[in-house]
Formats: sequence, C-alpha cells, structure tokens
Amino acid sequence: MNPQALMDGLITGSMIGLGAIGVTLTYSILRFANFAHGEFVAWGAYFALAVSGALGYLSGSLLTPIGPFSFGWSLPIAAVIAVALTAGLALLVDAVLFGPLRERRSAVIILVMASFGAALTLRNLLEFIFTSQPAYFTKALQIAFPIGGGLRATPDQLLTLGVAAVLVASVHLLLTRTAIGRSMRAVSENQQLSGVVGIDVRKVIRTVWVLGAGLACIAGVMAGLLVQIRPQMGLDLLLPLFAAAILGGIGSVPGAMIAGLIVGLAEALAVQLIGAEWRSAIAFVILVVILLLRPQGLFGRPE
Amino acid sequence: MTDAAQPVLSTQSLVAGYERDLPIVRGVDFTVREGEFVVLLGPNGAGKSTLVKTIAGLVPVHSGTVLLGAADITAMPSHERIRHGLAFVPQTENIFATLTIHENLQIAANILPKERRNDRIGALYTMFPDLGSRPSHRAGQLSGGQRQMLAVARALVVEPSVLILDEPSAGLSPKIVSEVFDRLAAINETGVTTVLVEQNVKAALAVADRAVILVEGLIAHEGVASRLADDPIVAELYLGARHANKSVAT
Amino acid sequence: MIFDLMAYGAFFLTMALTYAIICLGLNVQWGQTGLFNVGIAGFVAIGAYVSALLTTPDAPDRFGGFGMPIVIGWLGGALVTGFATFLVGALTIRLRADYLAIATFGVAVAVQLCVLNLEPVTGGPFGISFIPRPFASLAGNPSLFSALNLAVLVGIVVLLYLALERLARSPWGRVLRAIREDETAALALGKNAVRFRLQAFAIGGAIMGLAGATQAHFIGFIAPDNYMPTLTFQVWAMLIVGGSGNNRGAILGAVVVWGIWAVSASAVSALFPPEQQARAASLQIVMIGAALCAILLLRPRGILGEVRMFHRAKVPAAGDLPANPPANEPVHAEKS
Repeated sequence: MNPQALMDGLITGSMIGLGAIGVTLTYSILRFANFAHGEFVAWGAYFALAVSGALGYLSGSLLTPIGPFSFGWSLPIAAVIAVALTAGLALLVDAVLFGPLRERRSAVIILVMASFGAALTLRNLLEFIFTSQPAYFTKALQIAFPIGGGLRATPDQLLTLGVAAVLVASVHLLLTRTAIGRSMRAVSENQQLSGVVGIDVRKVIRTVWVLGAGLACIAGVMAGLLVQIRPQMGLDLLLPLFAAAILGGIGSVPGAMIAGLIVGLAEALAVQLIGAEWRSAIAFVILVVILLLRPQGLFGRPE
Repeated sequence: MTDAAQPVLSTQSLVAGYERDLPIVRGVDFTVREGEFVVLLGPNGAGKSTLVKTIAGLVPVHSGTVLLGAADITAMPSHERIRHGLAFVPQTENIFATLTIHENLQIAANILPKERRNDRIGALYTMFPDLGSRPSHRAGQLSGGQRQMLAVARALVVEPSVLILDEPSAGLSPKIVSEVFDRLAAINETGVTTVLVEQNVKAALAVADRAVILVEGLIAHEGVASRLADDPIVAELYLGARHANKSVAT
Repeated sequence: MIFDLMAYGAFFLTMALTYAIICLGLNVQWGQTGLFNVGIAGFVAIGAYVSALLTTPDAPDRFGGFGMPIVIGWLGGALVTGFATFLVGALTIRLRADYLAIATFGVAVAVQLCVLNLEPVTGGPFGISFIPRPFASLAGNPSLFSALNLAVLVGIVVLLYLALERLARSPWGRVLRAIREDETAALALGKNAVRFRLQAFAIGGAIMGLAGATQAHFIGFIAPDNYMPTLTFQVWAMLIVGGSGNNRGAILGAVVVWGIWAVSASAVSALFPPEQQARAASLQIVMIGAALCAILLLRPRGILGEVRMFHRAKVPAAGDLPANPPANEPVHAEKS
C-alpha cells in the first residue's frame, strides 16, 4: 500500500470508527440495528455548516484560519453546537418514534423498520433544505507536508486523527471507569435486572443517544472538513458503519474503532488496486466474510 | 414477631398479569410486618413469582394497590422502588455476568450518597468473604451458590427495609441451599424484613416465621411456619389444589 | 379524452401491478415468515437485468443479449434472483434477525454498484434499452396493446395470489406460520425451522425477480437509477399500508401507494418551477417516510391488516424493556 493510500485509509477509517461506535452502542443497549444512524452523521455535518455559516456572517474574524489549519474559530464553535443539536435530534427521534415502540414492546424488527423510515425521512429532509449540491466548510486548499516514513498529511488531517483518537479513548474510559458506563454495560446485559438494581434505564438510553449522535456529528464534521458535505453522505456511510460495528463485535467500543480503521484501510487499498468505482463494495465484502467466518466479530463474545 | 409490628409491605385486592385478559394474581391481600420472615408457598403456577415480581414493579397491575409502609408504590417504576427500601432478587439472571463482582456491587451502591458507597461495599465483603476475596472476578465465573450470594449481597448494599427473594434455592445442591437459608435467617435477625418464594417447603418452613400458601392466584391458607410444617393442609393444598382452593379459601 | 384516460388508467394499473408482484414476494418473506429484507431494490434489479440480458437482441457493444423469448427471460430472472436470495439467506438466516436486514441492505448497495460499473454486461449508467415488450407486434393499436399488457399482469398477479394463498394453507405454510409464532414449538415438532425460512426467503426473492423482469419488459429499458433505495422504501410502504401477512392487502397497498405516489409526483411537477422540482420530490419521500413511521406507531397492523404481528400487552412500566427482547419477538432468528 503506498503511503498516501495509508493516510487516506486512516482518515476514512477514523470517521467510520466514530460512527460505528454509535451503531455498536445503540445495537448493544437498545438492541436493534439503527438504519438512521448514518443520518446523524449527515445532519451533524449540516448543523455545523449552518452554524459556522451564521457565525461567520456575524463576525468575519471567526473565519480567519487558526494557525496552520484551513478553518477559523467558527468551525470548532459550530462543531460543539452541532453536537448538541444532533444529540437533540436523536433524542427527538427517540421520543416520537423508538420510545413509543419500545413502550409497547414491539418486536426488534419493527424498530429496525421504523429506523429505516426515519432514515429516509431525515435524509430527504436534508435534501429538501440544502439541495443535493455538495457543500464545504472552507474552500481553502491545504498543502500536505511530509510527516516521515513517506507519509504526507495536511494539518487538518492530523488534527482529525488526533481528535478521533482522543474521543475513542474518552468513550472507552467512560464505559469502563464511570458509573454511567457501568450502568450502560449493565443495561446492555439485562434491562430488567438493571431496573431492579436501581438503574434508570430511560436515562441510560438517553445517554446512549447523546453519545452516539454526538460522535456521529463529529464524524460528519470531519467528513465535511476533509471531503465534502452531501445529503447522501449518511447513506453512503451506512454499510461501512454496520460492517465495522459487526467486525469489531457488537458492544465493543475499541473493537468498533479498530474495525472502522480496517474498513477504511481496506477501502483505500481497493481504490488503489481495483479502482475508485468499487470502493463501496468493500464494506459489503467485509460484511459477508465476517458473517461467514466469525459472526460475533473480532472482539465480541459468541452469543 | 408481635402483631403490634407495623405492616411494611402490603397488597390490597391485587390483580396482575402480563396479559390484560389473563390475570395470574387474582385479588391478593398480602401483608408483611416489620422484621417478619415470610415464605410464599404454593404449587407450580400458583402465582407466587408473579406476585413478588408485581411487588417489584416488573408485572403490570390490572387493579388493586401495593403499599410500601404507608406509600402507594403501585405505579412506581421498578428502579425507584429500591430507593424506597424495597430490594428484589430475581430467580434467574439475578447478577450481571459480564461485570465483575465489584462492579455488580458498585452499581447497586450507586443510589447511596457518595461517601457511604465504599463503606457499604466493604461491609458486604466482610459479610461475604467469598466475594471479598476476589472483587475483580467476573461474576459469570462464579458457582451457583456464589452467584446467589452475590445477588443477595447486591440487594443488601442499600440496606433495604424489605428483601424479597424469588426461589433462591433453584438449581442449588441441598447443602448449598441450607447455607443460603441460614444466611437469609441471619440477615433477617439483623432486622431486614424478608419475603421468600420457595418450592422447597421443608427448608423454607424451617427458617420462616410465617407461611402464606398461594393457589391459583389467590391466598388459600396462611399460618405460623413452625406449625404448618406438620399440618396436612399443606400437602392437601399442593396435591389437590383445585379442591382445596374451594374449601379453604380466605 | 375518454381514451386518454383509459390509456392512462391502463398504464397506471400495469405499473401498480408490477409493484403488487414485488409486494407479494415481500409478503412471503416478511408477512408470512418475518424476515426483514431491506434490499428489495437489489433483488428486483437482478431479475430485471437477467431478463433483459436473456431477451434483448444481440448488442455489439456488450455481452449478450441472447434474443430469447420473453417467457424464458422472466423465468430466468426469477430463478437467478431466487438463487441470489437463497445465498444471502443461507449466510444470515441463522444469525440475529437484524443481520439479515443489514446483509440485504448490503446486497442492494453491491447490486447497484455492479450494474453501474460492469458496463460490458449491464450497459453501465446508460442501462439496457430495446427490451422486447409483450405483444410488440400490436403496438400499432395502442389501446389493444396496453389492454393486453394489463391483462398479462392481471393474470400474473391473480395466478400468484392463488398460488400463494394455496401455499399459505398447505402444510408448508402452516409450518411456516408455526415457526413465526413460536420457534421452539416448531422445532419440537421436528421441523427444521432454518430450512423452511430459507425456502420462504428464496421464494419471495424469486417473486421479486419476476416482478423486476416484468417491469423491465413493460417499460422497455432499464438503468441503475431505477433501483435506488427509494424503491425498497416504496414497496415497504405498500406492504405496511396493506397490512403484512395479507396477500390481498399487499396488492391493494401497492395500488393505493402507487396512486398516492403518482398523484403527489404530478402535483410536484405542476406546483413547483422546474428548478425546484428535484427538491420538491425529496419532500415527497419525506412525507411518505413520515407516513410509514406513523402507520407503525398508530396502526401497526396496516390498513387492511389481519395478522397479528406487532402487539404485545401494554405494560405500565414505561421505558423498561424486557430482560431479553428476543423472547418477545415473534419473528426472531436468534441462534440460541
């Protein structure tokens, strides 16, 4: 693999990984495959786009690039606000759709179907509001500089990788070291017992949505910064997200991130060897192989 | 226990069950007084488990009320009940197998004020040295008896006023069962009101103060445990549930 | 005027009936077996492309066509799609219920990619045209031509309906129902639940392939754009509206939803200026998506539904989920 493909793969992979963490958490705690998760990525990106646009309009100085990066303070501020908005969107969808279905104890597959309907609604709403034209946070072009080992990267790319690494480590620590993390693991093992021991399951579910949607939003902002923002970006990411969540083992946060990197690197390799037009097939191939050989994933326990 | 003791837990005309048209508990007035050790007996399908699960908030109530002390907890979500002093140990899957022993207790302790959490967990490690000697073991690796102990310890972390156990002897060897029951009796001695659902009639009557026999979702008989041990009515209720229900109904 | 209306009516109905066939196929998978297929567009595309390859006249710039009779194309489309469905099912049917959903979604993505990129076989983005239409020799008489086309589709739908109703009442159908209602009971009867579900999944897939084939021959050309996720979504909306498990509902749902779709599409083109139409079309999907969710929430048995699939008793402990949700699931494919 040439160094550039490696860099591309790492970057795509870290975005996939961040999204897959949300998928794996919702899957293990709410127990259904959420087809709308990709839309949180896209909505997160558009929220950030709208907010940073508004901030730039209010104060031009926020657009002045920070240090070596291509963006001004408007983007990080907008990203934080967008995380809150995306989390709010996820809570809203849960309140009007998934929550009532859970309450009447609908079959898992009904939740999956509802998420499918929600995905189409959310995606086309984006297309209606922002049209299908691609959008960008900045039009500035960045020069990649050598970072050793034949690798080249732009400051934006390095920042993105750093942020992804910090986020994954934080989520992992949250799950393993804190009370809410223990509660989340408890709920994912046994919801009824969780209630009996005093865990407010609804609060845990809300935490999962906030966490998953927040990470998805960051992945969307990264995609917008390094690639572009399109209403279809969530749909395009969905299969890689599922492939990474299953490859990593449902419920495993480090697994989702490592598997995300594997999927991203495999895609980059395929682009080099076979051609860019087959990129989206890689996630499907990985999915088929993992379901054939090890359905519990790399870091999952057999059911 | 004297009759003067206050009821800490009671149900009034309680009707409950998973399906609207199929109540399993069919109008039960069940009272437990402070400090009592009550055992709930009855043939399979009599509604013993459903009754305690309803009290724990896990089964929909169709009508009637559940009182904890003077408070009406009929509509309270299950996670709130433990905050009001009602601890429940389910029959199966009563620990988090993927979590460590310590994490199981930490989760239970989470509803206590911060400064008391470690003290309580420490106290239980003293009470159950088997658990205290390996806090970082995964609970899933424990033996059946140790799992029951962890489940009981978990319930006791919050110093509940009422401890309800759903067949803690299920799947355990007789030796372990008597150990578990001795433990429960000792816990009851410390003032924890205890309600026990049991299939193991002899062992249960040996430790309990009072026994309540449920048949087909109704209380068919109740009395002092030590006197019931030899009472033919117990055998009769178990054998001829239907017939007995008509003649001895409360 | 009357003739125009009748011609449009015939066209509309023929199109709606091709969707009714997809719906019937989906009903075998979902309504009768509880298998969730999110890759309908992919399976329909396989049927369409196989039939097109088999029946189009030899084209110099791509592989095939083989100029075979239309009937061969339709059968070929159904068989190949059935086989592809079988493979996907064999891969995932033993696993958790939603792995099947994810895998079928993957199939749709992969098929879309293949028809787009395998230009020497599929014609790439331009698709395949000159797909022979039934009764092409009568095309000079438009009303007779469209009436005959409609008659063919009515015939297929009626035959399929009768066959599926018969199948549902056969011992095979009864076992399937038993498996859906209660897997342990079905296993206790000594029946191999996985095998039965796989058969149902493949039969449903073959029917979708047949639908894709008939649709291709009715329109006369196919391109990757015809098989976007929106198609999957439309078919789901049709089945949900009609009520799953109900074959008559599946047909009615197809006609009703296709009608709503056609009306809202013409409303969009009448009300919005040309440059805004793409945008307005996405609003169309938003509304139908919201309607799908609303039906799941408010009328989970569909408008005509008769099969209980969704409801469990209501429980006051709001928000508490069952300890093991799969046990509440009438349709799970959990490996124990």
